[in-house]
Amino acid sequence: MALQRCIFQATKQYIARTSFHSNFKQSYCELRHKFSTKVPRKFTDRHEWIVVENNVGTVGISNYAQESLGDVVFAQLPDPGTELKAGDECGALESVKAASEIYSPLSGNVSEKNKDVENKPGLINSSCYDKGWLFKIKLSKPEELNDLMSEEQYQTFLKTDTEETHT
Amino acid sequence: MSVSASHLFTRSSASIFDVSHMLQTNIYGRDSIAWLESMCPVDLKGMPEGSSSLTVFLNENGCILDDLIVTKVNETSLYVVSNAGRIDTDKRHMLERAESFKKSGKDVNIEFWDVSHQALIAVQGPKAVSILQKLTNIKLDELFFMTSKVGHVAGVECRVTRCGYTGEDGVEISVPSKEVEGITEALLQHEGIKLAGLGARDSLRLEAGLCLYGNDIDESVTPVEANLTWLISKRRRTDSNFPGANVILKQIKEGVKKRRVGIRMESGAPARKDAILKDFQHGEEIGMITSGCPSPSLGGNVAMGYVREELKKVGTELLVTIRGKDIPCIVGKMPFVPTKYYIRK
Repeated sequence: MALQRCIFQATKQYIARTSFHSNFKQSYCELRHKFSTKVPRKFTDRHEWIVVENNVGTVGISNYAQESLGDVVFAQLPDPGTELKAGDECGALESVKAASEIYSPLSGNVSEKNKDVENKPGLINSSCYDKGWLFKIKLSKPEELNDLMSEEQYQTFLKTDTEETHT
Repeated sequence: MSVSASHLFTRSSASIFDVSHMLQTNIYGRDSIAWLESMCPVDLKGMPEGSSSLTVFLNENGCILDDLIVTKVNETSLYVVSNAGRIDTDKRHMLERAESFKKSGKDVNIEFWDVSHQALIAVQGPKAVSILQKLTNIKLDELFFMTSKVGHVAGVECRVTRCGYTGEDGVEISVPSKEVEGITEALLQHEGIKLAGLGARDSLRLEAGLCLYGNDIDESVTPVEANLTWLISKRRRTDSNFPGANVILKQIKEGVKKRRVGIRMESGAPARKDAILKDFQHGEEIGMITSGCPSPSLGGNVAMGYVREELKKVGTELLVTIRGKDIPCIVGKMPFVPTKYYIRK
């Protein structure tokens, strides 16, 4: 029975994955998170995401952003202790074709940076919502979270944003 | 494929780049050679028929208006490929010069090929030529680097020139636009060849130490400052009759204040266009990066820039400012990655 359930689950996941891939071009990591994260992920119009738990936000870049950048070869992340305001430039990601600045989604004090990503920037491409997180920030103005987009709003934003740039 | 993957694939196998955006110009008439030599420091007279050369359009100050590849088709006709970003400038320049040439009773005719009429694809990489050979009647083992022939590719008459912008062996194929898809599809039928984009083309040319007009060379520098003194051919130095010859010959003799060099960083953030270069000891501004990116072949980063003449030596330690931080780098030997041109031995 256990095996049967396992196969059933795997098939279900596979179908979900492939259909999402073709319909929304979303990566596996994005999907996994969609179904596993309890705390909602919020997004900025500069394609960062943040998940806040116990007043500490974990920040990364969206799947759309990592796909647009291509292979990230260097990550410059903010050092712990850095005081940031929402929208402050606080680092950069470099791919072969371009440099892309990182902006803090919210105000606060950097409590940790992801050293694994500094050593292996490719994690941002392979796991943008999980192992590829960039830094953690202790929020000084938690109410700012309300200004950010929900997952659904962000998806809508992406649609209108890409339409605008293509016309 | 990502830019890095495509870059590495080109170095190990073969890629097709659509470079039809470049300006292709056909020049014919009795005085074609004299006409082009009046704008460029190239020795076309001394070049064999069917050979090609890199050269530059110069202004009266000896500065670079554009770089181009000229092919001496025969004694009365030339084929020129120049930069897309300079189409308007190049067209105006060539037409003005042709006009004044004609006024003095000389015979030269300029025909710009529109992209709707003539396309250009580059086939580059170690497997490029062996794959192309299956589709063409041109004997590619006799087509050396910087030579050009007309022949059939996949049944279509094309001009094939052994050149490129990647540092690899390969060719550029000038083909009627209505046939370019067919030829590309025919090439793609073979193992080991894929389409590549201009992102990979940029990182490939940087590793090969090749200049990008608008970045590494422009109207503010002479070929001597751009470390392209070899473009001033021996005969033309003696004749001293190309635009800005007085400036350029003086620079060759007496030296220049700044020079284009390669910049290498083993790790860290890449230096890109407009990053400031500083002297390692004093942190004094001594130059600027003109283009740079991570190097997929070597790891770390490669760049080009201009530095004060006394700091041009390979191995010189410098600093480059990236997002407010001064990061060590060194003057590196170009090409960063050895070129693989098919040169006549």
